[in-house]
Parts: sequence; C-alpha cells; structure tokens
Amino acid sequence: MIPAAFEYVRAGSVEDAVELLGRDEDAKLLAGGHSLIPLLRLRFVRPPLLVDIGRLDDLRYVREKGDRIAIGALSRHAELVRDPLLAQACPMLAQAASGVGDPQVRHRGTIGGSVAHADPASDLGTILLALDADLVARGPSGERVLPAADCFTGPFATSLEQREMLIEIRVPRVDQGTYLKYVRSARDWATVGVAAARVDGRVHVGLANMGATPLRARAVEQAVADGASPADAAAHASDGTDPPSDVSASGEYRAHLAQVLVRRALEQL
Amino acid sequence: MSILGNRVLRKEDPRFLRGEASYVENLPLEGALTVTFVRSLLAHARIVSIDTTAVTALPNVQVLTGADVDAGPTGPPPIPVLEQRMTRPLVAKDVVRFVGDIVAVVLSPDRATGADAAELVSVEYDALPVVVDPQEAAKDEVLLFPEIGTNVAGRAGSPEHDEQLFEGCDVVVSETLVSQRMAACPLEVRSAAAELGSDGRVTVWLSTQVPHRDQLGISGTLGTDPGQLRVIAPDVGGGFGAKSAFNAEEALIVWLARHLGTPVRWTETRSESMIALPHGRGQRLELTLGGTQDGTVLAYRIDILQDAGAYPGLGAFLPNLTGLLASGVYAIPRIEVDGLSVVTNTTPMTTFRGAGRPEASQAIERMLDLFAAEIDMDPVEVRRKNFIPKDAFPYKTASGATYDSADYEGALALALRSAGYDELRAEQRRRREEGGTRQLGIGLSSYTEITNPLGETEFGEVEITPDGGAIVHTGSFSHGQGHETTFAMIASERLGLPVERITVVKGDTDDVAKGTGTFGSKSTQIGGMAARGAADTVVERAKELVADYLEASAADVVLDAALGRFHVVGTPEPALSWSELAGRAAADERLAELKAEHEFGAPPTFPFGVHVAVVEVDVETGQVELQRLVAVDDAGTLINPLIAEGQVHGGVAIGVAQALYEDFVYDDDGTPLTSTFVGYAFPSAADLPSWEAIEMETPTPANELGVKGIGESGTIGATPAVHSAVLDALVPYGVRHVDLPCNGENVWRALQEAKA
Amino acid sequence: MTGITLTVNGSRAEADVEPRQLLVYFLREQLGLKGTNVGCDTSSCGACTVLLDGESVKSCTVFAVQADGSEVTTIEGLALDGELHPVQQAFHEQHGLQCGYCTPGFVMATVSLLNENPDPSEEEIRHGLEGNLCRCTGYHNIVRAVQAAARAGS
Repeated sequence: MIPAAFEYVRAGSVEDAVELLGRDEDAKLLAGGHSLIPLLRLRFVRPPLLVDIGRLDDLRYVREKGDRIAIGALSRHAELVRDPLLAQACPMLAQAASGVGDPQVRHRGTIGGSVAHADPASDLGTILLALDADLVARGPSGERVLPAADCFTGPFATSLEQREMLIEIRVPRVDQGTYLKYVRSARDWATVGVAAARVDGRVHVGLANMGATPLRARAVEQAVADGASPADAAAHASDGTDPPSDVSASGEYRAHLAQVLVRRALEQL
Repeated sequence: MSILGNRVLRKEDPRFLRGEASYVENLPLEGALTVTFVRSLLAHARIVSIDTTAVTALPNVQVLTGADVDAGPTGPPPIPVLEQRMTRPLVAKDVVRFVGDIVAVVLSPDRATGADAAELVSVEYDALPVVVDPQEAAKDEVLLFPEIGTNVAGRAGSPEHDEQLFEGCDVVVSETLVSQRMAACPLEVRSAAAELGSDGRVTVWLSTQVPHRDQLGISGTLGTDPGQLRVIAPDVGGGFGAKSAFNAEEALIVWLARHLGTPVRWTETRSESMIALPHGRGQRLELTLGGTQDGTVLAYRIDILQDAGAYPGLGAFLPNLTGLLASGVYAIPRIEVDGLSVVTNTTPMTTFRGAGRPEASQAIERMLDLFAAEIDMDPVEVRRKNFIPKDAFPYKTASGATYDSADYEGALALALRSAGYDELRAEQRRRREEGGTRQLGIGLSSYTEITNPLGETEFGEVEITPDGGAIVHTGSFSHGQGHETTFAMIASERLGLPVERITVVKGDTDDVAKGTGTFGSKSTQIGGMAARGAADTVVERAKELVADYLEASAADVVLDAALGRFHVVGTPEPALSWSELAGRAAADERLAELKAEHEFGAPPTFPFGVHVAVVEVDVETGQVELQRLVAVDDAGTLINPLIAEGQVHGGVAIGVAQALYEDFVYDDDGTPLTSTFVGYAFPSAADLPSWEAIEMETPTPANELGVKGIGESGTIGATPAVHSAVLDALVPYGVRHVDLPCNGENVWRALQEAKA
Repeated sequence: MTGITLTVNGSRAEADVEPRQLLVYFLREQLGLKGTNVGCDTSSCGACTVLLDGESVKSCTVFAVQADGSEVTTIEGLALDGELHPVQQAFHEQHGLQCGYCTPGFVMATVSLLNENPDPSEEEIRHGLEGNLCRCTGYHNIVRAVQAAARAGS
C-alpha cells in the first residue's frame, strides 16, 4: 500500500536531526525504516514530517568504552552480526542480531531504530533490558543516559522525548549469555523470547512478548540468586507478566513457552 | 529417440530471469485511470449512506457506488446443487456480507491519489449480527440472505443415513477433522487492465487462469456479447485455483472501461488480496469408519460441512469432489456422503490446489490410521489389506468415481524403501527408550485424486510458419506450469521439429479460438493431447503436399521424425525438410494447408501415490520440524520429468503448509486476523526441508500418451502424511487428535489434554 | 517534491520524487524497470529485492529519497552483454522458477547471499533466503540453484 503523504528532510548531523524534529510535534526519525515504513505503508501512522538520519555514518560503530561496549545507534543489524569486537565481548547480542528479520532487513535495520520502535516482541530490546544496557540520547537540552529499564514504557512507546534521538547503546561485556526464541515460522517475530546472561556474577533474564514491553523476569532472577535449579527458577517465568493472546499464540501457551525457554536458557549458563 | 521423458530446460525462462515478463501490471496502457476499491470493514451490515463529498471535491477523482453500477450481479456457477439465488452485486447496494465486500469504486490518475481518496469515502453502516462459524450458520439463525430463508448454498451426497451402514463391523471409529481455511497467496496478486477500442470491443488484460471462461463469464454477467470482449492473459504469476474464476473486480474493470470510455487498471494490494481473493479449504468433516478385526474396512460415512464464505462460488461445490474421492485408494464396499455448504460472513471460498480432494485424502487417511490403532494393526498392513488391487482397474468406487489405472502396492513399497522405513522405526524406538525431548514421528499417506475432474475437452491448433517452424495455439493456460516447453516437446515428437523451432501461443482469446484454461491438473492430458492431435493432422496434410511436390501418392510419403524430413517410403532422397516444404508452400500460397485444429476430450484420470513424512516433535514446546518428506507420485507417463518434479515440489510445500503452518482466521465479529504475510504463516525456505520426489509411471488408458495430471498430487499426499507423522510421534503420550495446523500450540494443547 | 540522483544499473538517473514514493515504484514507473515486482505490503515476500550499494534490500521498504546518491542494481542490470549472470543461469538449469514472479527477488537475494557467503551450507542457504517467499517451487530447486551458482564460483 501507499503511505499517506509527508514532508521529508535529511539530517546532516545529530544536532541537525534534533533541530529538524522540532519543526513538527509529530515528526519522526527515519533510520533503516524497517519498523517505520511498514507502519506507513499500512497507514497505521501518518507523521507529517520524516527526518532521515540514515546517512549519519559516524553513528555506526562498535567500540570499547571503559568496561562496556559502545554501539552506535545507527549500526545495522548485519554489521553487528559480523563485528569482531561484539563477537568476542557480547556474543549473545551478535547472535540475536543474526535472527532479526531476514538478510534484507538486516542490511537496513538499525539497533537504535529497533530500540526506539519498542516492540514488546523485540529481540534486541529484550536483550538490552536484560543486560541493563545504557541508552544514550541527545535532545534539545543535551545528552542523557537512559537506563534500558526506564526506556520501554508501553507497546511501541518509550520514554524518549519527541525531539530526542538515540545515539549510542552501551552494553556490558558478557561471555555467558544466550537468547532463545520460539517462532511459528522462521521469519516470524518471537512468539516468546528469553534472554539470559550472567552479568557481574548475577543472572539476568529478559522476556520478549510476555507483556506490553520487554520484561525482566525478576522472580526468576531472585530464585536463581537464592540457589534454585533452572527448572525451579523457571517456574517463576511468567510471574508479573501479562502475555498477550493473539493470532500467534494464547497467553497461556506463551506462559508455558516462557517457562520452557527460561529453563533451557538457564541450563546453558 | 523421443524427446518425451527428457528433462528439457524451460523455453520460457529467459524473460522471467531477465525481468522482462509481461505481468498485467507491467503492461503500458496510455491514459489509464487507476481503480481503487473501497471495501467494507464490517462483516455484516446494512449500508445506511455513503458520503463521497470529500472525494468528489478532489480534482481528477471520481467515485461510483452501487447505485451507479447497473451491471451484474455475479453468481455461483450454474450447477444445479448450488443455490443460484445467492448472487453478489458487483458493488454492494444494501448489505455488505464480508470484510472486503466492495462498497465504492474510486477512479484516480494514479495509485497514491486513489489510496488517499479511498480513505475519504465515508460509509455509514447499521451493524447486523455476524456468523463466522459454519456450524452456527447451518442453524439458519443469522441469515445472510433473509429473502432466501436459509444459509445453505449447496449440497452433496444425500442426507439420508442408512442405519445399517456399519452392520457387520467389529469396530467403528469416529473423528472430527477440520481442514482449515487457507489463502492461496499467489505471489502475483490480481491485476486487471481494460480499454474500449474504437471498434466498440473491450480488451481486458487479466491475471487469470481461464481467459476464455472469463470472456464468456464476464460477458454473461454484464449482459454483453462475448464477441465484444477480448481477454488477454499475459504472464500470470501463479493462481493455484484462486484465479480459476473471475470475481466482481474483473467484471467491474470491464464494465468501467465500457461505461467511462477511458482505459482503467487495477492491481490489488496484498492485504486486499488476502481478504478479497477467494480462499480455499474450510471443511469440517465428521467421519465414521467401520471394519472387521482382521483389518478389512467395510463402511465409511463422511459428513461434510463446507464454509462457502459470503457468496457461494466454486467453493460451495467442493464437497461434491470430496465425496467423489471419499474412498481414497481403498476398496470400501459401503460409503455414505452427506455434504452441506453454508454461507458465512467471510471471504468467499473457491478452488485451491486440490479443491476438495485434499480434504478427502486427509479424511480417509486419518480414519485408516484410527482404525489401525483401534484393532492394533500396523497402519501399513491395514492399507495393504484394503488397497484396490492392481488388476482391478478400471474400478468403480462406492463413492461413484471410476479409477483408470493404479498400483497402490507398488507405490507403497517404493515409498517405504526410499524412506528407509524400518530404519526410521528403529530410530523412533531408540528415542522413545531414551525419553528425550525431541521425539520422532513417521507418517504415511496413500492417496489418489481426480484430474481433469470435469472430463473436459481442450482445443489445440498447430500451424507451420513460412520458415518451417511451428506454432502451437493452445486453449490451456500455463501460469507457471511450463506448457511453452512441455507442449513444444509433445509437438516436437510428432512433427520431428526441434523444440527450439516450436512456439506455444496461449492466453489471448483473439489468437486462440477456444479454451478451458488451466486448473484441475488437466492441461497436459487434454491440452497436450489436443496439440498432439493437431500436430498429427498437420503431418498428414504435409504428406499430401509433399506427395504433390514429389509426384507420389500421399500414402507412400513418410516423415522421418528424427531428421524432420519427408520422403517417399524406401527412398530417402529426394526429401523435403519442414523449412523446404514450408518455403515452397508459402511461395505457392498453400501454407494454410499446413495448419490444423484438434479438440481432445477424455474422462478424468486418477494419479496416485504414497508420501512418507518424518517429523521431529519437541514434546515440551509442541514445535514440529519436518525433517523429510518422501513423495512417490504417479501421474502416468512423464513428458518432462523436470517440470513434473517441480510441480510435485510446489504441491508438497502447500500440503505441508496446511499441515504445519497456515490457517486463515477470523474473530467472532468476522474481522480477518491473518490478512498480511506477517500474521498468515506462509512458510519460507527456512521452514521446509528438501523434498525426496520419486518417479513412478503407471500410464492411463485415457490418452495415447498415458499421461494423467500431477499439479495437485503433491498437496493431496503431503498434508495427511505430515498429520499422521505428528500423531505418530505423540502416541506414547496418549494423544489421539491434533487440530491442523498440527504444530506449536495445537500440539501442546493435545499433550495437555492427554495428561488430564 | 525532492530531487534525487542515483545510479541504477550503472546509469545515472535524476528525478523529482514525492518523498512517499517507494524505491520499487520509482524503479518500475519512473525508470521503466518493470522486472522488480511488488508482492506484499508488509516487507515479507522479498519479490522487490534489489541491491542497494551492493547489499540486498527490499525496495518496497526504502523510499526513493533514501536512495539518493546510492547505487542500485536491479534484475535488469545483472546480465552482462546479454549473457545471463551465473545466478540467473543456475536458476534456469535447476528449474528454480515456475511462474517467475518471485524470481527477480530471489536472484538478487542470492547474488547478495553469495557475495557474503560464497560457499553456504544448505541450512545457510535456506535461512539466507528467509526474506523471499515462493508459492510455486516449494524452494527445493531454488536451493539447488543457489548451490549450483556457488559451485560455479559466482
């Protein structure tokens, strides 16, 4: 289908983008476009102005920043898949990036775009939440660091201001971590996804598509900290969650999948 | 050395590989307006008013509603068992009956303006109660056509039940099976373009399987003379049965071209196609089968409830085909069929790859497995015990079909051997002993099906060109099936001309005098045979011409097919090649003598086969992975095994998709929930294994080539084999039933229920 | 309207486009390159796959304005001096197409796949083609075509 008409402008820098976003309160950023353009084509959203940040190539990087790995927000999924530093420092993120969409999507989609889109079923969003990633945003009042835990506020909603732009994502080094997802078919979004990682000695667990946002499975984490076995800890997988019932699965089945996948992920740690 | 039976690469490939194909959307049409349909978002409602003022205020945009369209309606095919009064206005006038029913037509200079304008059409509705479930519809409480007083759109078999049907049966098993609604999903959605010529004829380009039938049918709907409509089907990107009948849209495009006097064109969006292109399957089957303890099946009752969708079409007729094939490959002495098609507030139902026969096969194969389990007999042995024997053909079944030829035992043995059946069972035993999470299931299906189901007659014409090549005009219409190669091969073998010198022409009602199009896996057996007959006649005419030129008697002239030359028998020289003959004939203005038509008709034929499926089931999540699908599909003589194999591959993929992935679903308000490729689980290459297609050829006596149809066999065999495999994996867990698609949640629920 | 300049199949193309015009419609309608097809509206089917700066993308999910300054290769740009590209040839020899509608997308996706992974396993091929849907072939011969093209060292 054809999107509704919009104005278009290309930003030459982050400052430029922030300023351009100010031209209309409903203006949106266009990065890889693989979350936004499908919504535009089905006319689910009709922003009057798109600010194209797709050519801000100096936001495409993976580098060390202290004890964390800093990832430029406009890094494309395909770049994360093959980045040698990421493969060594946080392989679960690279592994999950290799399962986002398909090769064509991965050539265009960006990690920043994924995060800002805030799909409750997002693989990357769930991992960033599980790893207590820091999200660096720049807006009219400057730069701030937003913990992932404070980012996702609801389905497809974040606490980013309308004129803020993600510029960097910082994750800890994680050598013990995995992301498992159940899909109805290979190209489908996660029916349920589970991220499990050991961060600073403590086990973190994130859940995709078990509620209105990616979630932390705090009860599972507490059980593990208390010495529970993977199976016993996994029994708490759906505590505090509200898994949706939709065409892909019922909430009941999702709760079951979460338990199975949490147990399997914990067994891998 | 005949070319038949060779894996000849396709002649038609280059234009598709180079991006030079002529799909309707690619064709230029100067000055054409774009048509955008405004469609109902409610499943059942009265139209109170339509406000088009916002649209008519736009420059260069027009909008029409039902009141403006004085053509139509369309209706079900004129088959007596179908309720002819359940017609569909081309544009809804008073009532909308499904989400997708057309309520207005927007004309604009381009697609984007059309999309913008369509949103501005404001329709006021009074919602009516909605019925989505065919069982509810059968109660005749919420009526789609109150003036008719029932939702029954068609019948099959007889509602009379013989209480003694299962007399003499030691064992009777019953089951309810739902063959779920599917969307055909051709990669090319529907597209149409039409133009009124200065001679008063409309030319319409259609993405269709049946150009000649469209010419007749659309003219009938519009009340015009078929001679005033030229239909051109250029390259068509798949049909799968869903494009084997026109709908309101195509008739409207033709009507608009005539009514407006300007060319018009339309291409649906995919989400539009998912709700407006008719769907397939949608049967609920209540099944009862009885037999004796020694494994002999004695009686079978099949009760079909067909979801016809909002407006009955070909879909309402499917139970008749299901009933006809109820017996499957078994010699079942007593069979009762009772079929009912009902309208519901959903997308109309049509033929979809297999069209009623997958359902028959899914049903009988499930029942054989249930029967085998009940009498504790190996499902392979039960099948063997009940097969119609090889020497019994032609064989008339108790459900009314006369099968031509088969060797079910041969197919079974070949399939089991190719699958390594015993090793698979051993592996299954080993895994069961280990008790791990991933268990193996092995399933098989033994099927037959009916091709050329209507016993049609196809048209073929062959003419020799001035340079000594040949053109085959065929009434068949390939939309992926490779007729440009297969029919060229058939003609080549008769004419002694190489395939490269033979062009196959199709799809234009001005170029091809008549035709039945392509569906029902009939084309090679009737279209190919028609081309063959025409080629033979041309050879006879050529011999007469050669006789004149060589001053011999025609009876003494022979064609050396290997060299493509005519000479007098016993005297290799003088000889005339086709190009020499054609050149001389052209110079003498006698080339027209080297042109002949032929019509070939034959009764239906019955391909058959055995599929073996191997699945791995994760018994914790219910996820099913299909590891192998071994397919023996016997459709008689293989003209081009490469193309035949491709048909099997594609057919199997759709059969597996029904077994494991796809399900078109509505909510209780009749809102479609799977109307995009995101929600609808159309599998990719990553979801499917490579296929193991095994050749087998048992010729049919129905035609001299011995060829049956293979296009739908893969689909018909695969679904029950995979279903059977999943159930086989779950036997140790006490599972007796899993709904289709038998994957994920459906498997998990079955496991949960068995534990309870 | 926005002015864009890009290189398509080696030739420079300049045009004024509405921002909302998708690259696939720009290629088809403004440049007359009808080989790239539209098969869905949810970026699922891949029939619209082209190469953008050498990488496979779904041209229905890129605006023409985003491609300003880029290089695009479509199916029409693959054959060299009329000779089929090895991937095209492989699809022909392996009977990797039937109705042909998904074929340009699969061919372009394959070119990109083999650029990145010249010797893929069957599993890598199947996952590498997850973004392309076909209803006719059941994928079997498409996989064979990719394997054949890989062997041919394309």
